[in-house]
Amino acid sequence: MIETEAKNRDLRECMVLDHVNYVYGAGTAYEKHALQDINLVLQSGEFIGLIGHTGSGKSTLVQHLNGLVAPTSGHIYYKGNDIGAADYNKKELRSKVGLVFQYPEHQLFETTVVKDVAFGPKNMGLSGLEADMRTFAALKEAGIGEELYDASPFELSGGQKRRVAIAGVLAMQPDILILDEPTAGLDPRGRDEILDRIAQIHREGNRTIILVSHSMEDVARYASRLIVMNGGRIFADGTPKEIFDAYQELEGIGLAAPQVTYLSEALKSAGISLPQNATTIEEAKELLLADWKGGRR
Amino acid sequence: MKKSMLSTNKLIFEYIRRDEEGNVESIARALDEVSLEVKRGEFVAILGHNGSGKSTVAKHINALLSPTEGTVIVNGMDTKDEEHLWDIRRSAGMVFQNPDNQIIATVVEEDVAFGPENIGVPTEEIWRRVEESLTAVGMTAYRSHSPNKLSGGQKQRVAIAGIMAMRPECIILDEPTAMLDPVGRKEVMRTVHELNKNEGVTILLITHYMDEVIDADRVIVMDGGKVVMQGTPKEIFSQVERLKEYRLDVPQVTELAYELKKEGVPLPDGILTVQEFKTAYCAAKAKLEGAFV
Repeated sequence: MIETEAKNRDLRECMVLDHVNYVYGAGTAYEKHALQDINLVLQSGEFIGLIGHTGSGKSTLVQHLNGLVAPTSGHIYYKGNDIGAADYNKKELRSKVGLVFQYPEHQLFETTVVKDVAFGPKNMGLSGLEADMRTFAALKEAGIGEELYDASPFELSGGQKRRVAIAGVLAMQPDILILDEPTAGLDPRGRDEILDRIAQIHREGNRTIILVSHSMEDVARYASRLIVMNGGRIFADGTPKEIFDAYQELEGIGLAAPQVTYLSEALKSAGISLPQNATTIEEAKELLLADWKGGRR
Repeated sequence: MKKSMLSTNKLIFEYIRRDEEGNVESIARALDEVSLEVKRGEFVAILGHNGSGKSTVAKHINALLSPTEGTVIVNGMDTKDEEHLWDIRRSAGMVFQNPDNQIIATVVEEDVAFGPENIGVPTEEIWRRVEESLTAVGMTAYRSHSPNKLSGGQKQRVAIAGIMAMRPECIILDEPTAMLDPVGRKEVMRTVHELNKNEGVTILLITHYMDEVIDADRVIVMDGGKVVMQGTPKEIFSQVERLKEYRLDVPQVTELAYELKKEGVPLPDGILTVQEFKTAYCAAKAKLEGAFV
């Protein structure tokens, strides 16, 4: 029943997770229910922030999305087809759902940037010309200048290395790009460069983005939908505003809202009621300027 | 006047790259006349982006690197003096970024005992130190656990306990939270502040997270191998524009206050917390309303 329902949905619904469970080490002392009854519809073109503390199941969830891990029970549909079916083309799925791991620069290995990015498309069995075209398009999309094409990936800065790793995934031309903490270990400028680049890839490349992050400030700024995980379950799913308005519940599971949300609440206690709580600095600025000008009347 | 714990005087460090014949290929100056001082009992933070030279400074204080020019004095000893190498490393312990690279034993308490054991501390004294160090970082409940089952924050605290067991006067932490999640970051920062307050350990914290430095006594900002700013957190974060030039962040409320001030809202510089913002904004508004009564 649910199966046909999922199949009949609009194709714009990129990915549907239907009662997905994942248990590892079943029957041993280390048995862990890493995902519990996950039901999600991921729409094509969304920018999703996936948050939760370490061990909440975020990484296990994203590994399910490109078939690296198969659910213990439940089904995952990509564009209406069950990716767990015996005849499903997993190889194609992995090129369509690109996963950028944590510290992806550890996986660079070729002697030049171009060769490293070209590895994926060449491995897919594409012709030389087609593989080259994809490689150069991906390098451009990831914001890597021509002057770096022949450099050794190991001579680059942390932020540059990470963009090369992202280009390697983009060269597979994925519809969905999943990034697992792409800013870990970068300094503030490196972090902004990567996030702005991801926003551009989302905008111009028409790709669905799933950003796994610990930073509430970052997801508030870039994502239009947040999925919060806790103990292997979906704890909350909504817009940043909806999620951060319930900041007390977030604190209950070891997370927090951005500082400007707390500021909005503090001002409320001082009798300054803004029409809504802010989630980004830009928004807080607008709200407070309106309040200030209102006070001057 | 408090006594000096460590200081650098016109410290210069150059990375020299040589080709296969040993000829100099290139020289990169990582530190350019860095002069700074940390007093006993202080909590000092060095802020800077990747490549600003902050870790290179740390490695000099621990005598892992030796100056190309200039001097580094730790606890009264010159780091160029090889005779004092072990005394310097004992009095200035170092905690690194990656917790997995710093733990060597298979049981927590054995890992903490490694340092003192290695310098021939008598067994009873070792156990006393292990006990005290684990208590200081709040990890006594895990003493017989295997380190590889701990979280990142817990591993960092074990690494810090291992340093504490050497009874250092000073601990240098080189981006100790960069690889941790928010919970782990809080645990480690709380531990470091407690060591500073309760045990009187001098702290030199190297980081690019601005929220970790707002409670420091003093902040040093580095850029391009030079010290470019020094002062209290309030003095440093009053200069939003300059910090951005150095590729650094400021707390959200600090940036918001700065942006509003540009639009004509009279707020003071260097607001660091939600509470300070609230007080300042309410005061400004009361004044405004008073003027229109």
